Amino acid sequence: MATQMGTGYLETASVPVPAMLGTVAARDLTGSLMPNLSRALTVIASLLLVGLFFVPMWRVQLVAPQYPEGLGMRIGVSYVAGATPTDLANINGLNHYVGMKHITPDAIPELHYMPWVVGGLILFGLLAALVGNRKLLIGWVGSFLVVGVAGLVDFWRWEYDYGHNIDYAHAIIKIPGMNYQPPLMGVKQLLNFTAVSWPDIGAWLAFAAFGLGVIALAFALRVRAAKSSNILGF
Amino acid sequence: MRIATIGRFSLGIFVAGALGLGASACAPTGKSSSAAGLLAGDAATRTYVPPGSYDEYYAFLSGGFSGQVTVYGLPSGRLFKQIPVFSQFPQTGYGYDEDSKAMLNTTFGFVPWDDAHHTEMSLTNGVPDGRWLFINGNNTPRIARIDLKRFETEEILQIPNAAGGHASPFATPDTKYVVSATRFSVPIPQKDVPIDSYKQNFKGTITFVKADVPGKMDVAFQIMMPGYDYDLGHAGKGPSDGWFFFTTYNSEEANTKLEVNASQADKDYIAAINYKRAEECIAAGKGKKFGGSYVHNYVDPATRIAKSETKTGVTMLYPADCDGLVYYLPTPKSPHGVDIDPTGEYIVAGGKLATVIPVHSYTKMIKAIADKQFEKTIDGIPVIKYDAVIAGEVKNPGLGPLHTEFDGKGNAYTSMFISSEVVKWKLGTWEVLDRIPVYYSVGHIMIPGGDSKKPWGKYLVALDKIAKDRYLPTGPEGSRSAQLIDISGDKMKMLLDFPTMGEPHYAQAVPASLLQPGSLKFQKLADNKNPNVTTSEAGGGITRTGKRVDVKMIAIRSHFAPDNLEGVELGDTVYFHVTNIEQDWNIAHGFAVFGSNNSGITLPPGETRTVRWVPQATGIYPFYCTDFCSALHQEMQGYVRVSSPALHVPLSANVSKVSQTQLGRLPAKHGEKQ
Ligand SMILES: [Cu+2]
Repeated sequence: MATQMGTGYLETASVPVPAMLGTVAARDLTGSLMPNLSRALTVIASLLLVGLFFVPMWRVQLVAPQYPEGLGMRIGVSYVAGATPTDLANINGLNHYVGMKHITPDAIPELHYMPWVVGGLILFGLLAALVGNRKLLIGWVGSFLVVGVAGLVDFWRWEYDYGHNIDYAHAIIKIPGMNYQPPLMGVKQLLNFTAVSWPDIGAWLAFAAFGLGVIALAFALRVRAAKSSNILGF
Repeated sequence: MRIATIGRFSLGIFVAGALGLGASACAPTGKSSSAAGLLAGDAATRTYVPPGSYDEYYAFLSGGFSGQVTVYGLPSGRLFKQIPVFSQFPQTGYGYDEDSKAMLNTTFGFVPWDDAHHTEMSLTNGVPDGRWLFINGNNTPRIARIDLKRFETEEILQIPNAAGGHASPFATPDTKYVVSATRFSVPIPQKDVPIDSYKQNFKGTITFVKADVPGKMDVAFQIMMPGYDYDLGHAGKGPSDGWFFFTTYNSEEANTKLEVNASQADKDYIAAINYKRAEECIAAGKGKKFGGSYVHNYVDPATRIAKSETKTGVTMLYPADCDGLVYYLPTPKSPHGVDIDPTGEYIVAGGKLATVIPVHSYTKMIKAIADKQFEKTIDGIPVIKYDAVIAGEVKNPGLGPLHTEFDGKGNAYTSMFISSEVVKWKLGTWEVLDRIPVYYSVGHIMIPGGDSKKPWGKYLVALDKIAKDRYLPTGPEGSRSAQLIDISGDKMKMLLDFPTMGEPHYAQAVPASLLQPGSLKFQKLADNKNPNVTTSEAGGGITRTGKRVDVKMIAIRSHFAPDNLEGVELGDTVYFHVTNIEQDWNIAHGFAVFGSNNSGITLPPGETRTVRWVPQATGIYPFYCTDFCSALHQEMQGYVRVSSPALHVPLSANVSKVSQTQLGRLPAKHGEKQ
């Protein structure tokens, strides 16, 4: 029992899934512990999030007749960068025509604290798996959801500001009613540019991690229900 | 009318042209026209590169008396670029701006023109490698090196002790050397003598130039040769690696009416030079210190500004002092081309007045030397017996054989200047396999890699000296012409006509994949080490040093900064140092000042150019961007005020309203809002 708690996630992680399905930790009978499968999934989910430090989360591509090769932006947990070393400067250069602000990564505070938030989420997930407490798992999935939704809302809000906060007084090309907000996801025409915005590998990792978290939680709750009926019925 | 004489292939093109114009009345009728139509359709598909698609080959054509190199795509025949080399080029400011002016320095001073002759790609193991392209200037002998990442001339070396650098700049298989042999013999060193003392006083030289380190081309050594005219050359390869072959004419040593007097002898010579032996003789101290000044110009890799250095003295080798250095191979009638087949065994001569194409054998040559099969010795140079060195003769090839290229499949192709055709023949059997008319008076021909160890034997380009009626007329003088010929099958097929710039003496071509990936998109601003670079909007300004005024400014879509300049006085010389701070492919700006006696300049992204201006009167002088860079290109302008010195107008360089607003949109403000 105690050994299983200490090294459990490593051991169970290496056990084939079908074998684990029937395995339930002894203290689950009390209802406060996660089944080993949930713990394994939570560990995998947390480790998937480590990938966010290495790959971009979102990609925005701008294509125009004069830019057949496109100008690209990559958004990661800690950075906004051009797809090439010069793309961001070229996007800023073009944006001055319509009076948009410069995109200056250093001036975006979210980029400074997001790595800590993601790091915290990873540690929280690992802790939940290590302790094996179901309530911690609920807390982890819940905070993951909050961080994810807040992140997307913040990204949208940032795009909104960027696209709507136009310096009309100094804009060279003024088009009344036109805004230059790029889409959160999808394709949008912004004057001569077609803006295409999609989740990048990092976002897919996060979606996958969240999905695993939800499965881990669902399984933990189902096993608990099953155990409860066991106690009651047999 | 012409159709009948031209033959079926070009008839097809004629029909295609007629149909394309909708002038069906002009199209011939009957059986022959439909057959020709099919052929035209076939040719059209083979040369059609759809919009937005790329050609298979880059081709570099010499621009002849334009002094430049032109870059074409094959098989489309589309012109991509004119690379300025030996001539000033107002389109970019080459040879006019302070940065490139020094490229045209010689011991004769600034020479803004030359007659560009032969293109030669750098080689690795005898195969074109796409690093550099060399081209020679014939009139004031020079060799230039063009960098093939930038497609720009980066180095020019003048050749001393020579007059006319025609047999140039052919390379050894590892590009250790490129060569230059004098087209016109003259007294060496130069002196004031009666012209009819030719036989006593006139000499030729053959120069080996160290070429494998960019920016460091230099004369390795020269060989003092009899006073003939040295025409073309090619290095040996494979077994003949270490040898260089040059054609000579005027072995009669005539100095007037050469067209008659230099055409008397039955045979002239190919000079076979063992340059490995030359290295040995020099190492053994057999070279003589010899005078001769020459200028070396190169683009400094950090600043991108051309520099000139004058050098004096060369090592001269005399054949009599270095036995085994040079042999003469008798070759019929004023040979032009000397071309070595891909195996390195056959030495093909284009005896332009000969009725045969003579082919020498390298193996036989080595044996004849060992057996001392010499008929005589000229100035210490043994002349090998013709029968001891000849491998075979192509009989009745046509009239005026000039130059031969190879397809790597055992076939050779020779241009026939007088009968205006290309003749295909077989190496070893010497039988003529096919012939095709070209339009007109073909000089050189080119197969991609066709002078190397590894030809890409799919196309042949005929480089013609006369175009006449091939295109819509443009007055007495038009372009020269080239034809693209398919050589992939047994029979040659005419595919395309395209006009050329100047006279295309020779060309080189390589598969696009060799150059396309490495082609530079823009100079990184961070790597721009020009001493007058301006890297930011606010970094420019105006300064005075006596009568010299230096203006530093940036160009970016769509303004210059600064763009209002005051304090320039009549009598000043103004230097505009303009930096294009764009970091995007193909986003160039230009710069020109009202009334300037100089060229405008083109500013590639990330680069700085300096242009000199001496204002001639007081007043207000607009300057503007000459390259339509953006939607607001027309607004990309500024003013310089030129004042009387008596007014003591203080120097000032303002940043325009437009750029002020842009400065106002810089990051700090954005950060506060966030
Ligand atoms: Cu411009």
